[in-house]
Amino acid sequence: MSPTRLPEPDQEVLAGSSAIIKALEQIVTPDAVISDEEGRRTYETDALTAYRRLPLAVVLARSTEEVSKVLKYCHKNRIKVVPRGAGTSLSGGAIPAEDAIVIGVSKMNRVLEVDYENRTIRVQAGITNLAISEAVGAHGFFYAPDPSSQLACTLAGNLAMNSGGAHCLKYGVTTNNVLGVKIVTMGGEVIEVGGAHLDPEGYDLLALIIGSEGQFGIITEATVRILPKAESARPIMLGFETCEAAGQCVAAIIASGIIPVAIEFMDKPAIEVTEAFASAGYPCDVEALLIVEVEGSEEEINRLLGDIVDIARPFEPKAVEESTSAEQSARIWKGRKSAFGAFGRISDYYCMDGTIPLSRLAEVLPKISQICAGKGLKVANVFHAGDGNLHPLILYDANNEDEARKAELAGAEILKLCVAVGGCLTGEHGIGIEKRDLMRVQFSEADLNLQMRIRSVFDPDFLLNPGKVFPLNASKNTGAAEAA
Amino acid sequence: MSELLRPAADWELQQMVSGCAERGLPIEVVGSGSKRAIGRPTESAVTLTTSSLRGIALYEPTELVMSVAAGTPLSAIELELAGRGQMLAFEPIDVGPATGGPQGGQTMGAVFATNLSGARRIQSGAARDHLLGVKGVNGRAELFQAGGRVMKNVTGYDVSRGLTGSWGTLAVLTQVTFKVVPWPEASATIVFLGLPDELAVELLCTAMSQPFEVSGAIHLQASVAERLDHPGLSSMSKSVTALRVENFARSVATRKERLKEGLRVYGKAMELDNRETLEFWSELRRLSVMPHGPSLLWRISTKPTTAPKLVTAIKRHMPVKAFYDWSGGLVWLEVPATADAGTAEIRRIVAIHGGHATLIRADSSVRASVEVFPPLSSAVERLTRGLKEAFDPAGILNPGRMYANI
Repeated sequence: MSPTRLPEPDQEVLAGSSAIIKALEQIVTPDAVISDEEGRRTYETDALTAYRRLPLAVVLARSTEEVSKVLKYCHKNRIKVVPRGAGTSLSGGAIPAEDAIVIGVSKMNRVLEVDYENRTIRVQAGITNLAISEAVGAHGFFYAPDPSSQLACTLAGNLAMNSGGAHCLKYGVTTNNVLGVKIVTMGGEVIEVGGAHLDPEGYDLLALIIGSEGQFGIITEATVRILPKAESARPIMLGFETCEAAGQCVAAIIASGIIPVAIEFMDKPAIEVTEAFASAGYPCDVEALLIVEVEGSEEEINRLLGDIVDIARPFEPKAVEESTSAEQSARIWKGRKSAFGAFGRISDYYCMDGTIPLSRLAEVLPKISQICAGKGLKVANVFHAGDGNLHPLILYDANNEDEARKAELAGAEILKLCVAVGGCLTGEHGIGIEKRDLMRVQFSEADLNLQMRIRSVFDPDFLLNPGKVFPLNASKNTGAAEAA
Repeated sequence: MSELLRPAADWELQQMVSGCAERGLPIEVVGSGSKRAIGRPTESAVTLTTSSLRGIALYEPTELVMSVAAGTPLSAIELELAGRGQMLAFEPIDVGPATGGPQGGQTMGAVFATNLSGARRIQSGAARDHLLGVKGVNGRAELFQAGGRVMKNVTGYDVSRGLTGSWGTLAVLTQVTFKVVPWPEASATIVFLGLPDELAVELLCTAMSQPFEVSGAIHLQASVAERLDHPGLSSMSKSVTALRVENFARSVATRKERLKEGLRVYGKAMELDNRETLEFWSELRRLSVMPHGPSLLWRISTKPTTAPKLVTAIKRHMPVKAFYDWSGGLVWLEVPATADAGTAEIRRIVAIHGGHATLIRADSSVRASVEVFPPLSSAVERLTRGLKEAFDPAGILNPGRMYANI
């Protein structure tokens, strides 16, 4: 839909594609290599579907050894590699290139070891996020990071993007829940970083690897923390006459010393569309809705929800619904959880992911509406309010090229606004190709060069997941060779 | 005596690093210097302290975020936070007194540069988990920033977190931005006496698997427990196994009872009230049960359930006194002073069981002759060298403090 440029393919690599495919088939087995056009079509994009590129070939690796062998071959022959989990990236983090091999890890999805005493689980990285929690659920444990794509997305993708989720206000994001990884570098070397212990030895390499968007290596195994599930959890729904009041209420809850597991915010356009779709019982006469969930024993929950009602009172909520049963909780959450789906039925939308300091919410939301209105577009806001991670949904018609371009321009303006008020370009979706060209809004040339020098330590030739994270013309400063 | 540089502003610090880079002068980077006796002994012509970079740049209690100049003392920050009913969740540990340094002196920059977290780490995460952003100057004398001031941020690589635990060898931090949390309304501790290590760690792990958000899980061998201030605990000549719960008062009361009920098989539990709980855990934070002296102090990170086996194995080679923190996942181990600090045996045993060991307290002659920080695999060492090169190609920032030539 947009002006974001993808790198031009290397003609020499394209010319040798049949030899490359033959070599790959020998390195792994022919059935692990997808080279026909129809097969490759499945991998041409991710959840940023406006961009598509057919990869040269796809290898669905079944072991760390296979990943290592393929990377070694690609490294030797200077062939680019795009790592892939389930392809659910919203920022284009898994979009391939015509001269690149996709290495998918989704077949490596086994649980290797569960250690309830030490509260860890070791898994192959292609396992889905939800499958980790399912594997330990019967014993009363769960894996905390819960991106909304958790049914499909892989841990490998979560590690690459340092994914968050609705419950990270209390439990942190991916990087706070991982103890160790097995990573294969572009040179094919298999490296163990961390382990089952809590503290890193030497430099915190894990911190750098997690969130490196697949540019430091391909993670094939990981040891992550599992936590005991809370006894129970219940939400309260609060409707307000202004977004400002809702924002102030969030601040007041946090200032009071209560850390809910989730605080979700929906503005009027979001409430209306969602309610029409899900019949969750949301009040349609309010400007903003909060869903605040707390956990603990029944007694603890009652006390916390009671406190929250008291805290909310000065902000004059027009609607208050405290869940008292599992059915009621499910109904209240049903609306929020189906919000994106509800919008998908009425329009194409472009989902943004900037984060702002919560204190600037009252000023930022109207500006977002103005930015979109200025381009003749509608916008709705559904987001994680506790941590200021906004998800404006800009509605547009994907078949209308002009509208699509305007949506992307509006998105860029919104992200610049987020940075201007002290926030950032992306809270949980990652940079990918989508926000690559906005990196200079947040970082100086020195900051970017430092990041690219760190990348060079892992992959000096910038062959892994190329053309992402950094503006294409930025890499020339480091001496590394990313084809622009 | 080396030359002392005390920049009062980021730009001044940058100029000083630039001057040293041009002349190839190695710089000893310190905050207040309270952890100076930790690490490999180094000789630098220049000592640069961040202690004049002070002040709170931003504090938003309703957003649970604070941003301070790197040389601001931790004690000042904790006072400021307490005034608004907030705190640092990771309970930074003060290794100053245990290593012959001053108590309470450490700066906020050093808290994150060393990533030494206290008991609540087991529930709430380490210093590294609470860092949101940094500003700093690298060995190329470039002023850079990474991360930011918001809770959720995946814009670019996680460079700030990558700098935690690097002990000033990659960059001099000038500003740190971090997450804070509310003080719990109430707290309580339940204590079991006289349990052998293995059973104690089993108890701690069982407690950590309950949904009661236990925020401290420690075990002190009898020889360590006798050093406690609390007269009721130090005079028993018994090991002390303790669990902390924190929340609003009624919840604490209930959780405490339910924990005790579930752990009945380990014996009758004693209780510490809110005041005693605050005192007990703050004593552990100062590491005063491992007081400065001629003996050596190791810090071992491992899986909780392997910790007692590991300690028993080491005990076959030398007398030990052990303080298990983090449900057993962190062992502070006191051993008698020897020329090689028991390094060969300790590292061999740790390698068998998994984890790593750091020599925290020893004479400089000992620290000069053995590896103080955990030896790295060849692949990790190569990446470590690469990172040093990326940040500090001339090798002027704290060279050799962690590893030779790094």
